[in-house]
Amino acid sequence: MSWACILLPRLALDGVLRRHPHPERPLVLVTGPAQKRVLAAVNPAAERVGLRAGQALAAAHALVSEFATVEYDVDEVTRWRDFLAAWAYRYSSQVTTAFEDAIVLEIGASLRLFGPWPRFERQLHEDLDALGFSHRIALAPNPRAAWVLAGMHDGLALAQPSTLATALNRVPVSQARLDAKTARALHAMGLRRLGQLFVAPRASLAQRFGMGLLQHLDRMRGDAPDPFDLYRPPDRFDLRLELPYDIEHSQALLFPMRRAIADLGAFLAGRDGGVQRFVLHLEHEGHPNTEIAVGMLSAEREPSLLFDLARGRLEQARIPAPVRGLRLVAEELPPFVPAGRELFDERSSQSMPWSTLRERLRARLGDDAVYALAPADDHRPEQAWRRTSLPVATKSPVEAAPRPTWLLQRPIPLRDGGSRIVAGPERVESGWWDGGDVRRDYYVLETGSGQRAWAYRGVGEIDTPFMLHGWFA
Amino acid sequence: MGIALQSVVALDTLLSDRRVWRGQPAAALPAPKQPTGHAALDAVLPWGGWPEASLTELLLPADGIGELRLLLPTLARLTQAGHDIAIVAPPYLPYPDGWRQAGVDFAHVQLIDANPRDALWASEQCLRAGCLSAVLSWPMQADDRALRRLQVAADTGGTMGFVFRDARAERNPSPAALRIAIDGAPTRLRVVKCRGAVAPTHSLPFPAAPSAAA
Repeated sequence: MSWACILLPRLALDGVLRRHPHPERPLVLVTGPAQKRVLAAVNPAAERVGLRAGQALAAAHALVSEFATVEYDVDEVTRWRDFLAAWAYRYSSQVTTAFEDAIVLEIGASLRLFGPWPRFERQLHEDLDALGFSHRIALAPNPRAAWVLAGMHDGLALAQPSTLATALNRVPVSQARLDAKTARALHAMGLRRLGQLFVAPRASLAQRFGMGLLQHLDRMRGDAPDPFDLYRPPDRFDLRLELPYDIEHSQALLFPMRRAIADLGAFLAGRDGGVQRFVLHLEHEGHPNTEIAVGMLSAEREPSLLFDLARGRLEQARIPAPVRGLRLVAEELPPFVPAGRELFDERSSQSMPWSTLRERLRARLGDDAVYALAPADDHRPEQAWRRTSLPVATKSPVEAAPRPTWLLQRPIPLRDGGSRIVAGPERVESGWWDGGDVRRDYYVLETGSGQRAWAYRGVGEIDTPFMLHGWFA
Repeated sequence: MGIALQSVVALDTLLSDRRVWRGQPAAALPAPKQPTGHAALDAVLPWGGWPEASLTELLLPADGIGELRLLLPTLARLTQAGHDIAIVAPPYLPYPDGWRQAGVDFAHVQLIDANPRDALWASEQCLRAGCLSAVLSWPMQADDRALRRLQVAADTGGTMGFVFRDARAERNPSPAALRIAIDGAPTRLRVVKCRGAVAPTHSLPFPAAPSAAA
């Protein structure tokens, strides 16, 4: 087994920066009680002007006059880590968030598909760069060693247990992911490298520092099992973005929306699933949320298509008040089957598939605007067909008597003096059981101007005008 | 001589093209790609059928004069071959039984509801997408520019577009590759314009099939 550790040293900050309109300006995350605010993290721009994590906020204000502050949110960090675990799930079925600041995944089983490792690693780098998370990646035969090594250096890849032992021997105790107190004590004892620790008498180490230290060391070397919970993808997607300022125009909402939908796409790809319906909640101050539902007839997962559809709906929606936050919720996540295509497709490659076109039309014209007709088993013309949202193949026999190609929504009196009867009558008598009783004699008429009409008279009526019900167009 | 060298065209392709008049009927014509299903009409059209990737305009004095009868053989052929067709904002409800009697497979017929303004947009999208084989639409107040957009979209998507318009529009110029007017009482087909050839001077008889009245 090979484990890759993706270390996310700036997870909280990246989570904020990636949806911030000006990530290049100084920005800090602040935490702590109101009397003693300290900087939890600073972005590179803030670092350049002299701000450091751990500084008091008052001291930072004394140093620099202008920088943005965002509250450090622990839940937010958990959310982002779960999101990245969902992303990592597309590469491996064994993903864990049990290690602090890191996503660890088993890649030995995925190498045949994504490998060899250098290519796989490049793919991971590309994905994370696109998602906007700074990271370091290391590979080791067990998850804990990968976690420790990722903290040391980016790009370490140790596949063999023997090379792992050599590398671990050289790891400084201060970077071995021990708790701070233990690390300090060991350092004070003159133990600087893990190698020295490995050869130290186990019994006395356990006596001084408890079993936890030995367990950590054994697991790091792969001598002891390392139980942890594996990540399991949730069955719903819920992402909330707080906007840095109020947005009044739907155009300005497109940027955060594109990010949210790209995240949804990454989540769906990880599940190898699609989405059939998702809801955009626009949060207002002092107003109930505006909900924009985007529904599709079949599951989709292409982010650009989802964005197109959401944009269509957003442009139609009325936004009553400035928007403070954006939330994207997807509950219906059915399996996704990509449409099969022929190898030698005669259509040009630029052609848009019907499912895409259909959703585009529905986004603008309304959910019921695109439909199909299917014949129904009824002799009454009004009931002889039904609307379906997707075409259905029918095997029902075709009516033998002449039927028009156009049907009027409701019959109207036929005002034409010169019409003559071409065929008929054909009696249609049905529906006494459901209240829609119909007793009619249908005729095919030819009007003076050459049209073929399908018209009827009630049974037993003679001098009443014909009721026009369709055209043999 | 310079001109002759620049425009070297294989003689076979030139001769097999029906747009070249040779003074005598050509012996063997290549099979048309989109036959109309009406032999008399195929014979007078330069493509031997509908123009591909183009707009065809049908001019009607009244609804129900036979506009669908003209198209149904084509639609039946396309849907039975598994190609999708779209009907954008039809003036009446297409009655499935009537269409199925003509052989149209309704599993490949997509219908789109739209108000007149959106109908043009929807038609253009359908024509441009390239996933449909034919698109039927009824542009009501379509001007020359709107039709030109549809023609360009049909060309881009490689789709056959059929637009149904009032016979009064015949006087106005149109960018459609083919324009056919249907005259009533008795119904006759008159080719008003066909791109790349002179429109035939005589109209074709187009009687209602007796089967429809049987």
